[in-house]
Amino acid sequence: MTTDTTVAEAGPTPRARLSPRKRKKISLGIQYALFVVVIAALVLAADWQSIQHVFFNVNEAKKAFPEILTIGMRNTVIYTVSGYVLGFFLGLVVALMRLSDVLPYRIIALFYIEIFRGLPAIVVFVIFGFGVPIAFDDFELPYDPYGTVALALGLVSAAYLAETFRAGIQAVPKGQIEAARSLGMSQTRSTVTVVIPQAIRIVVPPLTNELILLFKDSSLVFAIGFTLGSYELYKFGESLSTQTANSTPLILAGAFYLCLTVPLGYLVRKLEARQKRGRV
Amino acid sequence: MTHAVQLIGLHKSFGDLEVLKGIDLTVEQGQVVCVIGPSGSGKSTLLRCVNLLEQPTAGQVFVHGAELTDIDVDIDAARRRLGMVFQQFNLFGHLSVLDNVTIAQRRVLKRPKREAAEIAMRNLEKVGVAEKAKQYPAQLSGGQQQRVAIARALSMDPAVMLFDEPTSALDPELVGDVLGVMRQLANEGMTMLVVTHEMQFAREVGDAVLFMDEGLVVEQGPPAQVISAPQHERTREFLHRVLNPTHLDEEAAAPQ
Ligand SMILES: Nc1ncnc2c1ncn2[C@@H]1O[C@H](COP(=O)(O)OP(=O)(O)O)[C@@H](O)[C@H]1O
Ligand SMILES: [Mg+2]
Repeated sequence: MTTDTTVAEAGPTPRARLSPRKRKKISLGIQYALFVVVIAALVLAADWQSIQHVFFNVNEAKKAFPEILTIGMRNTVIYTVSGYVLGFFLGLVVALMRLSDVLPYRIIALFYIEIFRGLPAIVVFVIFGFGVPIAFDDFELPYDPYGTVALALGLVSAAYLAETFRAGIQAVPKGQIEAARSLGMSQTRSTVTVVIPQAIRIVVPPLTNELILLFKDSSLVFAIGFTLGSYELYKFGESLSTQTANSTPLILAGAFYLCLTVPLGYLVRKLEARQKRGRV
Repeated sequence: MTHAVQLIGLHKSFGDLEVLKGIDLTVEQGQVVCVIGPSGSGKSTLLRCVNLLEQPTAGQVFVHGAELTDIDVDIDAARRRLGMVFQQFNLFGHLSVLDNVTIAQRRVLKRPKREAAEIAMRNLEKVGVAEKAKQYPAQLSGGQQQRVAIARALSMDPAVMLFDEPTSALDPELVGDVLGVMRQLANEGMTMLVVTHEMQFAREVGDAVLFMDEGLVVEQGPPAQVISAPQHERTREFLHRVLNPTHLDEEAAAPQ
């Protein structure tokens, strides 16, 4: 074999000075070298003492405990999970309305999705925190502020979740509905028994992704205006950072967000891989 | 006596495309009627009009004397009397084999869980896949899936079974199992309307064969006549192609 190739290459076609393989190797070498130079420059230029003092200050970090967990982390989880549960069911309803035969339903769903997907979440939260109490006198949701936050986050996430559910419902093969109908199931019965369970299975990865996004969006509920007991991770870290003129609590809050979101991201990749295998 | 199935002047159009151009058809109680014809001739559409998965554009459908095309009919109730088996099986992928066969019994007929499971197991045994009851459709071969689909339809106690090319999606060595189950059903006296390309099955099991082309019934009668001694040129041509698929190339090459 080796003799074959050498004969061929030594033949009539003049040999290139560098083969594509060698050129690629050299190009990659240059890229790595550049990368190392940039990192080295940044490391040398940085003031490591100040960085450690302001961002990774062990004494300041100690002061944040245990409240950063018992108040901040706890509230972040409560807000996000309650908002997600609400958004899940509302999103499912909106998705079904969006796919309904009834025109008014479709229009309402479309408006809902466009408005809540188009508005920055913080605008919705500000309106909720200040607008609603003014508009509806003495109106108070149960378990405040948890009720208000769950509703605000639920309304925002429902718009995204509705689009995800719609994609899932449309991905269920038509034959599934036909089989259900041929067995005497009504339209509604087929949707509940056959379509929705399969649609949800199909969209589990993007649904988990949206839970990650909601963990981050929950940091915006500070706009609703709270007392200390209801601070979530971001607000807790931010206020402590301001008090102490040191950014360490905020860095710590960021680290705890990652503790929540990175495992979820890992889960999404696992689920996607499993789905790929299952589809074969 | 009323007919098991009666179609009168059935028309179906999809937009400008007229797929069924006036079909009259009767199936008597206990009869097996096989529908044959080239791809695209409207066989599936015909079958789907019988249980109103497609709404006919014109014409009437009667099942045991009751009109399904009556606009005030409870179509969900009417469909329970018609079992349907699809080319692509269409088992519910998220449910186990047993749940596939019990779900409609429980949700539609409101049978208690135990009773539904007993009926399901009886039908799964009948089609020879009882040992797969706990598995999921994706774990089964095509032939096994199709037999589960038959058991699922049978568990609703249908008066008539509709089959739309039930063996066309199967590997050749699995076709026999499914045809065997259908043969057994026919012997037990089930009324069946079967779209198929299995000429031997049509010849041996069918009481009548009906040849369709371009939305019309071209020829119908006992299998001995339609399959063995077709009267119409189009039927002869079709049968020739189906029965001697390998000759096609020779003919295509020959005319020069
Ligand atoms: N839902 C539909 N919308 C539009 N055209 C359709 C639909 N279903 C079937 N057709 C058309 O009707 C014709 C007959 O289809 P079909 O009944 O499936 O034929 P067969 O089962 O005999 O192969 C085909 O031309 C097909 O493209
Ligand atoms: Mg067909």
